[in-house]
Amino acid sequence: MQKTPIITAKDVDVFYGAKQALDKITLDIPEHKVTSLIGPSGCGKTTFLRCINRMNDLVDICRVEGQIEIAGQDIYAPEVDVVALRAHVGMVFQKPNPFPKSIFDNVVYGPKIHGLVKTKDDMEEVVEWSLRKAGLWEEVKDRLTETATGLSGGQQQRLCIARAIAVKPKVILMDEPCSALDPIATAIIEELIDELRKKFTIIIVTHSMQQAARVSQRTAFFHMGNLVESGATKTLFTSPQDERTQNYITGRIG
Amino acid sequence: MTNTEVNFLKGQKHLTRRYRAEQRFQWMGRAAIAVSLTFLVFMVSSIFWQGKGALITTKIALTVDLSAEMIDPANIKGASFDKIIKLALRAEFPEATKRKQKKKLYALVSSDAGFQLRDQILENPALLGANQTIWVSASDDVDMLMKGHIDRDKPQSRRRLDDQQISWIDALSVKQVFNTGFFTNGDSREPELAGILSALVGSALSLLICFALSFPIGIMSAIYLEEFAKKGRWSDLIEININNLAAVPSIVFGLLGLSIFLNIFGLPRSSPLVGGMVLSLMTLPTIIIAARASLRAVPPSIREAALGMGASPVQATFHHVAPLALPGFLTGTIVGMAQALGETAPLLMIGMVAFIVDIPGSILEPATALPVQIFLWADSPERAFLEKTSAAIIALLVFLVLMNIIAIILRKKYEIRF
Ligand SMILES: Nc1ncnc2c1ncn2[C@@H]1O[C@H](COP(=O)(O)OP(=O)(O)OP(=O)(O)O)[C@@H](O)[C@H]1O
Ligand SMILES: [Mg+2]
Repeated sequence: MQKTPIITAKDVDVFYGAKQALDKITLDIPEHKVTSLIGPSGCGKTTFLRCINRMNDLVDICRVEGQIEIAGQDIYAPEVDVVALRAHVGMVFQKPNPFPKSIFDNVVYGPKIHGLVKTKDDMEEVVEWSLRKAGLWEEVKDRLTETATGLSGGQQQRLCIARAIAVKPKVILMDEPCSALDPIATAIIEELIDELRKKFTIIIVTHSMQQAARVSQRTAFFHMGNLVESGATKTLFTSPQDERTQNYITGRIG
Repeated sequence: MTNTEVNFLKGQKHLTRRYRAEQRFQWMGRAAIAVSLTFLVFMVSSIFWQGKGALITTKIALTVDLSAEMIDPANIKGASFDKIIKLALRAEFPEATKRKQKKKLYALVSSDAGFQLRDQILENPALLGANQTIWVSASDDVDMLMKGHIDRDKPQSRRRLDDQQISWIDALSVKQVFNTGFFTNGDSREPELAGILSALVGSALSLLICFALSFPIGIMSAIYLEEFAKKGRWSDLIEININNLAAVPSIVFGLLGLSIFLNIFGLPRSSPLVGGMVLSLMTLPTIIIAARASLRAVPPSIREAALGMGASPVQATFHHVAPLALPGFLTGTIVGMAQALGETAPLLMIGMVAFIVDIPGSILEPATALPVQIFLWADSPERAFLEKTSAAIIALLVFLVLMNIIAIILRKKYEIRF
């Protein structure tokens, strides 16, 4: 348990223009564990998640201060290349957003641009591996050349997960990956997350306390831009230290 | 037992009112479409009606003397073909002896008749040595008579052909044939010889240049401005300027072309190269605006997906965003090119209004363009140019329709549906 964490955030402040969205967030994220971020809407979960692969760079008015280290490297250091960073920190968005290309092309895109595959055989291998891991292979193996936007919402989300793991990142960030899915598709993805954690480190934003309890080993509770409390999921849910956490998990705020 | 608070039946008062409003709106829409369609049909059919005559031309049969006396078989090109034609006409009507009469007689055939005779002989030297019956073009007045545009009942002082000329024509054997010359000739002072090929080629070459310049430059500018440039005061300023440029009267671009491309760079006047460059100044803003709009319509989630995968901004743009915006690029380009095709004013400024007989062989040779040709013909006094004008408009419209069809095919091909 006392392994060095793979991600450490220290005093992270985020501003959108003059508005502060995150205030002095300090959080360690252990390797090969699922960490869930919970909290009421607008508390800054997505913002924090997007700091970890620097997607916030895309927002002109966004400013990030403080320090985030992944495997000992400061990712906001000037010598860091965001393209390389994002190759190691994959992201699955809240709304499934497959490319409007074939299923095959969707999965193989990342490995291709990062030069991980050369031959057709390599590509087929990585596509099958990723789709199997994402629990989608059996459903789509006969229609790899069909366009991905013809898949159901749950299938699209699993395709996005397959696409993210195809480059074999160290960390996968998931922003409410099940918010648009039915219970069966959700169950499939939760199983998948549990399976994926053997190879990857996963951070998941969720609004469902049950989901956080089911899939994660660690939980962090955010409230109005502050990190109120974090720790082992079981402890946090059974004996929260802070009153706000208590209120949130019992459904009194949020 | 019916629940009076719930009523799903048809014919309720407030619903009827709503449906009536809906109906009214639909009828107004249909009426608007009907009105615009009527105008369109009226315009196109009247142009076709006027222009169809230009596709027919009149030929006259003449019995010419091709004996060795008139044409030396060893030196065919040295012969005087005009004289042979004139002699043939005089042989047909020996009563025309006075100078004035002869002149009227010669006016029945086109001034090109001698060349036509020569071409036929060069093509088929077996004709030489005896009297032969050949067909040559009639003059435009005869053509007009045959098409019924000259009224035989008018007093002869008020028509272009007098009684004697008409009696001659009636005695000659004439036929009306499809006017291939209209598509294979350049412009001419003689309406019966004038064709649109030089203008068509001039337009095609200018548009080619225009496309080659404005498509890549326009699309690249749009992509840069939309995907890469920092938003701020400068980008706003550029945006406003581009929008203004799109509204600048085209003649201003013509003046610009005149002073910069011709006077400063010394590029060849009247050439499709300069024409295309001037037209591309005009189409650029159109293309940029349309391309930016279609880039803006690409869902941001696609960009995030690509960047989140570790694609560089250029990769995200060219692998994912631009392909989705491509149909929009094509639409904008075609709209711009269609405008360019119909543009006259800027071409006048750079001298593409010249009288061009030869078909331009390269982008550096003097040329004219279809709309300019239409303008020139519409300005000509001869009755016969009237139908040429309409026929040239038809050609322009067909050109336009072809361009649009190509655009639609391309768009369908590259369209990606979600
Ligand atoms: N692009 C942006 N520009 C300005 N403000 C933003 C932007 N993105 C987020 N914010 C603000 O930052 C705060 C945190 O937003 P964030 O999206 O991180 O919340 P969240 O916890 O993910 O909420 P939810 O559970 O609803 O997704 C909110 O007050 C939001 O209004
Ligand atoms: Mg969020």
